[in-house]
Formats: sequence, structure tokens, C-alpha cells
Amino acid sequence: MSRLDRAARSLFLGELLAGMRLTFKSLFKPKVTINYPYEKGPMSPRFRGEHALRRYPNGEERCIACKLCEAICPALAITIEAEPREDGSRRTTRYDIDMTKCIYCGLCEEACPVDAIVEGPNFEFSTETREELMYNKDKLLANGDRWEPMLAKRLELDAPYR
Amino acid sequence: MITTDNLVTLALTVLEALAILVPVLICVAYATYAERRVLAAMQWRKGPNVVGPFGLLQPFADAAKMLLKETIIPTGANRVLFLAGPMLTFILAMVAWAVIPVNNHWAIADINVGVLYLFAISSLGVYGIIIAGWASNSKYAFLGALRSAAQMVSYEVSMGFVIVCVLLCVGSLNLNAIVLAQRHVWFCLPLFPMFIIFFISTLAETGRAPFDLPEGESEIVAGFFVEYSSMSFGLFFLGEYANMFLMSSLTTILFLGGWLPPLPFAPFTWVPGPLWFLLKVFFCIFMFFWVRATFPRYRYDQLMRLGWKVFLPTSLVWLVLTASVLYGFHLLPHAQV
Repeated sequence: MSRLDRAARSLFLGELLAGMRLTFKSLFKPKVTINYPYEKGPMSPRFRGEHALRRYPNGEERCIACKLCEAICPALAITIEAEPREDGSRRTTRYDIDMTKCIYCGLCEEACPVDAIVEGPNFEFSTETREELMYNKDKLLANGDRWEPMLAKRLELDAPYR
Repeated sequence: MITTDNLVTLALTVLEALAILVPVLICVAYATYAERRVLAAMQWRKGPNVVGPFGLLQPFADAAKMLLKETIIPTGANRVLFLAGPMLTFILAMVAWAVIPVNNHWAIADINVGVLYLFAISSLGVYGIIIAGWASNSKYAFLGALRSAAQMVSYEVSMGFVIVCVLLCVGSLNLNAIVLAQRHVWFCLPLFPMFIIFFISTLAETGRAPFDLPEGESEIVAGFFVEYSSMSFGLFFLGEYANMFLMSSLTTILFLGGWLPPLPFAPFTWVPGPLWFLLKVFFCIFMFFWVRATFPRYRYDQLMRLGWKVFLPTSLVWLVLTASVLYGFHLLPHAQV
């Protein structure tokens, strides 16, 4: 009987028609596409995007040139040079990130004792030339100023889990 | 001798040709768009929706892109044949439209061997592909061309028997007469199994999924047209879709009653014949997309087994059955033109 059943199924294209029924039903299903440039997907506060150097609310830069980020960076993407400033505080004179080397592991962010270097929510920073991806201190500080409200929010949301 | 009569005939022929080719090309352009939308919808996606309202200008964007790109001819390729391949494919796909009647006696050439003509042209289509595959001087292209040739030859056999079944019921090779013979009942009902076999064979004949082995992306990159770029690729693409429309029209004419309305009374007869024809062709084209969205590709031996060991015997048996029934019940048609 089972052989007869199988034969009948294959003769009357049973499985094929079942498959076609399924695809026809999906024709009217709601679409899952996100219209990317106009709509964007949800993002975790831990998302590791473009780097930024943050400042304190009074405008002083947070980075104290401890070079922990440089030391932990597995891709050797960070280069730091430091000197004492006139007021005696220790600051960086050079803070470069080679974004083409960076693997976006987030270890720099985790190593930082003052939450200065962070990876922000921005992932749309493609450039037309390679040189533009060699970020220097100015660029990173500018990123920090640009994204600060979101950066603070993300740190606050993630704080209970740290 | 050039006389006014000759010129008028020439102008009329050109106009007639344009009157069928321009709509065909527009349909082909929008079929590429429709295919992407239908496939996308069946996969819960949206498909092209950015160029113009609902993405309706996408075909023009694609055409502009193809025309502006560089035609790359590989160093090892045979230049003449390499360029002749896509042209041949495209021209053959267009030439076949001469005999397709979209309404009663609305065909450029209403010849009484229309079916033979179509069969000859669709068999010639293999040449464009073989020439392209060989002239490319690439192993993928060559493999694709070989697969394509073997596939088309195998499925043409069973397609031929299916057509003979229809011809037995009509008693004429004229496409117009074939449609008119379906006034009372479309052949897709009495010859239903043949209709299914014919439809599946047209899928194989046009190299569409699930029989798209000649261009099997996952195995031989793009098959016979790997080496093609810009408009020479575009011609293959147009040719493939034009062939889909041709095969759909053939299905419509042989089995779905051509331009005839489904029922011969009031609300159906108000719709003009060419519109019925177009609707039926669009239905077949939708089936092509639907099948593509549903089934994975056949393995090559499965393809050959289906063609030679399933379709060929089935269509032969049905041919004998049709002939016996027609003969036994004295239903054999008398030649009518």
C-alpha cells in the first residue's frame, strides 16, 4: 500500500504541488526587507563601530596616555606618543588608529581606565582612499564630539553588565 | 526592380515586424523586473523598488548600464564567432515571432507549417549557445554549451511527440487553425498530462530553473556566457527571456486556446482576443517564475533520466492512446485551413 501511495504521489506530482503551494503563500507574506539607506536595523549598545576619543563635560580630553589600548591592540593598529603638558598633566601628542588594520575587537575600549577610547555606533565611514582611514587624534576627538550623546547613552545602558 | 508596390510592401512588412517586436521587447524588459519582484516576494523580500515608482524604471537602468559597459573579448577567443553567438541567439529568438498569431489571422506570416517553422527555429537556438561556448575558449563556457546542447536535444524529442498529439487532434500544422480547433474545449483539458509534460519540457528547452544546468551558477559560474560582458551578455539575456515568451505563447496556442476567451459568452467575449492571449502568456511566464522560486536545480543525470526515461515513454504512450481514441471513435479531423 505504501508503494502504491508513493507511486501515486510521484505520478500526480504531490510533493511538487505542495512546494508550489508554499511558495505561493509566501508571495503574500509580510516582507522582512529593511530598506537600508532609509531604514536601519536595531543595534546593541555594545555594537563596535567607528572609534572615538571622548572628553569630560568641561571639554578636557579623557585620554591620559596610559597606552593600555596600544599595548592590548592585537592588530597593532594604535600608535601613541605622549609628553607632559605645560600644566603638568600627562596627555597624548599623537593618537593614531589605522582603521585598515583594526579588527574591531573592542579590546581598546575594555582596556581604557577612563572610558576615553570607545567604539561608537557608526558603521558608515567608508572612504574613497586608503589614506582617509588613517585616523589621527583630531579625527578621533571630532568623532567623540559628534557622537557624544549616543556614546554616553550606550555606556550607561551597558554599565549594569560590565 | 524597385517599384512603389515593392516599397509599400517593404514598409508594411517592416511596420508589421515592429508592431510585434517592440511589444515583445518591452515585455521582455519588464519580465526581468517582474521576475525579480516575484522571486523576491516569494522569498519574503521586496526586490528592486528604488529606481522610479515601485522600481518600475529598473529595466531601463539595467539597459543603460549594459549599453555603457565595455565589451571584453578574451585573448584566446575566436573574435568573429564570439560576437556572432549572442547575435544569433537574439535574432533567432526574434525571428520565431513571425508565425505567432495573437488574434484570428494576426500573424506576420500565417503559414501552414507554422509548427514546423517554430520547431526548426527553436532547434537552431542551440547553435548560438554552442558557438558562444566554443568561441569563448573557456572550460566553463564549453561545459555549459555541451550541457545545453544535450539538454535541448533530449527535451525536444518529447516536446515533438506532445506537439504531434495536438496535431492529431487538429489535423493542421497552421497555428491559427490549431487555436480555432480549440473553440469548444482547450486542449489542456483532454490532453492534460501532455500539457504538463509540455510545460516542463519548455522549462528545460529555455534552460530555466530547475533545469538551468547550462548556466549552473554553483558549478560552472555562468555556463556558456561566463566570458560575456556588456551588450553581448545583454543579447543572451534578452534572447533567454524572449525564448521564455515564445515558449509561453506556444503553450498558449497549443493548449490554452490562444486568443479565445475561456467561455464563449458575454462577459468573456467583451475582452478583445489579443488581451486574452497576453493574459495567458503572462500566466505561463508567472508559472516560470513560480517554478524557479520553488524548486532546486536537477542533477545532470536526473535531468537526462526525466527526459528519456519518463517523458519520452509517457508522451509516446499518450500519442498512441490519442491516435487510437480518435480513430476508434471516428473523431479524426479532416484537413481544414
